Amino acid sequence: MQPPYTPERAIDLYFLEHRAKLLDLASFIDRVERADPKADLRADPRMASFLDAIEILTGADSARAERIQLLFSDRSDELLDVAPGKGAIGADPNYNDTPSKRAEG
Amino acid sequence: MRYIDPHIHMVSRTTDDYQRMALAGCVAITEPAFWAGFDRSGPQGFFDYFTQLTKTEPARAAAYGIRHHCWLCINPKEAEDPGFAREVMGLIPDFLDKPNVLGIGEIGLNKNSKNEMVILEEQIALASQHDRLILVHTPHLEDKLKGTKLIMDAIMRNGSIDPGRVLIDHVEEHTVSMVLDRGFWAGMTLYPDTKCTPQRAADIFEMVGTERLWINSAGDWGHSDPLAVPKCRIEMQHRGHTPETISRISYDNPLRFLGQAGTFSADPIQTG
Repeated sequence: MQPPYTPERAIDLYFLEHRAKLLDLASFIDRVERADPKADLRADPRMASFLDAIEILTGADSARAERIQLLFSDRSDELLDVAPGKGAIGADPNYNDTPSKRAEG
Repeated sequence: MRYIDPHIHMVSRTTDDYQRMALAGCVAITEPAFWAGFDRSGPQGFFDYFTQLTKTEPARAAAYGIRHHCWLCINPKEAEDPGFAREVMGLIPDFLDKPNVLGIGEIGLNKNSKNEMVILEEQIALASQHDRLILVHTPHLEDKLKGTKLIMDAIMRNGSIDPGRVLIDHVEEHTVSMVLDRGFWAGMTLYPDTKCTPQRAADIFEMVGTERLWINSAGDWGHSDPLAVPKCRIEMQHRGHTPETISRISYDNPLRFLGQAGTFSADPIQTG
């Protein structure tokens, strides 16, 4: 479906909202870092995948949202023997153990 | 303009929400059976819940001119104990002929475990035996991609299910195309933080089109918005999409899929 708006119209509609969201991202990373400036931000798989997702944002390739979704996904195929609780954390818990994922994102 | 919210958990919402939805143009809803935020202590809790879905909520909705329909199942978050899940499933056939029941749902996977899969397969078989529509819950966040593939494989393994009679819900950018490509219907849930925003749902329509795709709020006991569907309609309108397109995603498509049940109606009802 061809979007019924021009790039200029989309920027007019959404720039300020997403400028604010960009500042939220920056300030979130600063906040985590401020809690312990010596800590490795990438030690937590959520933050490692988060920082890699930001690289997708700044790249020239399209389908950024889909590629970020894939980056955050568990790529295994096997059923788990037992459900480890009910919740999800938002990133692959084994992200830091699968270095090939970043390239596939 | 009239709209249908095809996935919302009104047992968790106030009567004021029914009123606000009616004011926004909602004429019909469907309510899948789901996890209440806590594990029920026994099957009797589900008997009471199914009674609420088939008797109490239709009356509460009708007071605001909204037609209420429901889906029945044991949800995947309470499926890790197969014995318990089978006791609950044993209750379902007695409720299937209630006038507002559409089919089996929302079944699926949560953490993609072996026991969840066993119960999913048995509920797919239950839908097949009773020739009912299926509404599928796909897992959250990092578990969604894997779970969506496993669920679609399980449905097709059954061998007697027409994918055109199955809606796979909670699709996002990385799962929508695989669902549509295999002939299923797909639902986008407008839910803060963990699913689609109205803006991203509008983006997905622009990328994959409007065929076999709908939007819903999945409003429940968590941080959610029972007016998410009209807010997405406004987002589409704001971008310049036509009234026909907006009606297709929020009224015509739900009507087409749900109409296959034989028990769905969005016709006006008398109130008061």
